[in-house]
Amino acid sequence: MIELHAAGVSVPGTSGDTGRVLLDPVSCTLAERRIAVIGANGSGKSTLARMVNGLRPATTGRVVTCGLDVARHGAAVRSRVGFVFTDPDAQLVMPTALEDVALSLRRTVQDRAERDDRARLVLARIGLAEHAGTPVHALSGGQKQLLALAGVLATGPEVLVCDEPTTLLDLRWRRVVDGLLEEVDAQLLLVTHDLDAARRADRVLLVDEGRVVADGDPVATVERYVDMMALR
Amino acid sequence: MSPGPSLLGLYRPGSTVVHRAPLRLRMAVLGLFGVGVVVLRGPGPAIVAVLLAVLTAAVARLPLAATLRGLRPVLLTAAVVLAYQTWQRGWPVGVEVSGDLVALVVAGTVVTATTPTDVLLDGLSRAVRPLHRFGVPPEGFALAVALMLRTVPAIGDLFTEVRDAARARGLERSPRAQLVPFAVRAVGRSRAVGEALAARGIGD
Repeated sequence: MIELHAAGVSVPGTSGDTGRVLLDPVSCTLAERRIAVIGANGSGKSTLARMVNGLRPATTGRVVTCGLDVARHGAAVRSRVGFVFTDPDAQLVMPTALEDVALSLRRTVQDRAERDDRARLVLARIGLAEHAGTPVHALSGGQKQLLALAGVLATGPEVLVCDEPTTLLDLRWRRVVDGLLEEVDAQLLLVTHDLDAARRADRVLLVDEGRVVADGDPVATVERYVDMMALR
Repeated sequence: MSPGPSLLGLYRPGSTVVHRAPLRLRMAVLGLFGVGVVVLRGPGPAIVAVLLAVLTAAVARLPLAATLRGLRPVLLTAAVVLAYQTWQRGWPVGVEVSGDLVALVVAGTVVTATTPTDVLLDGLSRAVRPLHRFGVPPEGFALAVALMLRTVPAIGDLFTEVRDAARARGLERSPRAQLVPFAVRAVGRSRAVGEALAARGIGD
């Protein structure tokens, strides 16, 4: 469950500048299992997604995720919220696939052998079992994104935030990642340009020029976005 | 996909005497080896240090091709240093400085190639724990080392991309067209990695 209470983000200006609003205050409760966020590049989608786990702190209002105030309990929130970025290279920090997934488990599983076993299970679940010992930089883009997802899923997050996870992928890997995201048990907040994926969500938020301009039925909201972009 | 993995920063499973030696012993030997390389002057000790490091790598059965591929940038640097120092200060200094460099990198590679990163993280965390009282977080220190190991190939890939982009624009002879985007992208990447670490709750 994600609650936004007049939560917004603005950045201070430099001398002679009044600053800039990245996201106007927005209030809503996101309780649906699959929520999509759509909008043009630079509209504020990623800012909205990053507020959910405190990567981008709200400068006004309050964000409550999994029942915790993000501003006061950032670390606890991040232990419950998984985040997948567009570029997996930034997210993968260990030399091999197995070690990267095991890194996610270091806080919760003290025994190294058990950690490796659990990491192998996660890799098998997403179809990367044979790449456990493969150097991360030798994986393809699609495999890296799967691995990034594996590292997040290993911790069993309550909420999974994905910021354009398929933007850099070809059709084949896009389908694989989409399929995995369909299966996750966690509540999913998906920032995407893939309108088909957005239509399959339970609820869609449309962000435009730093404002949430539509929020509701997926098909109607996606149509509104398409109409809006056609006029530009 | 990269053409083939280099060895730097990558664990190679095995059961050699080097693999089986306790991490503490390997780190202690590496530390003493480093001190010896720096303290003992002249080309003779440098050559002996290189031979010792290469011998240890052979005992650990590090694959020759992958090791050489990973060491290529270091060997190129050592060749430049050898030429420059020989020209400026004579061949004994050239051999000493370049030999020391190669010996230390090969020795470091032997340790990282025979130790799973997870084990290295635990070992480093334990080793720097006494520094906790001075504000050095053990997990953070160990993670920084792991990140450095992962970054070696990533920086190589980044440099190749930037160089190819400069070539595509006919700017292969312009250092600025290569170094500026490389620096900008390296900083951008480090910021993105920091954000991703925070998102994974690592370092919280």
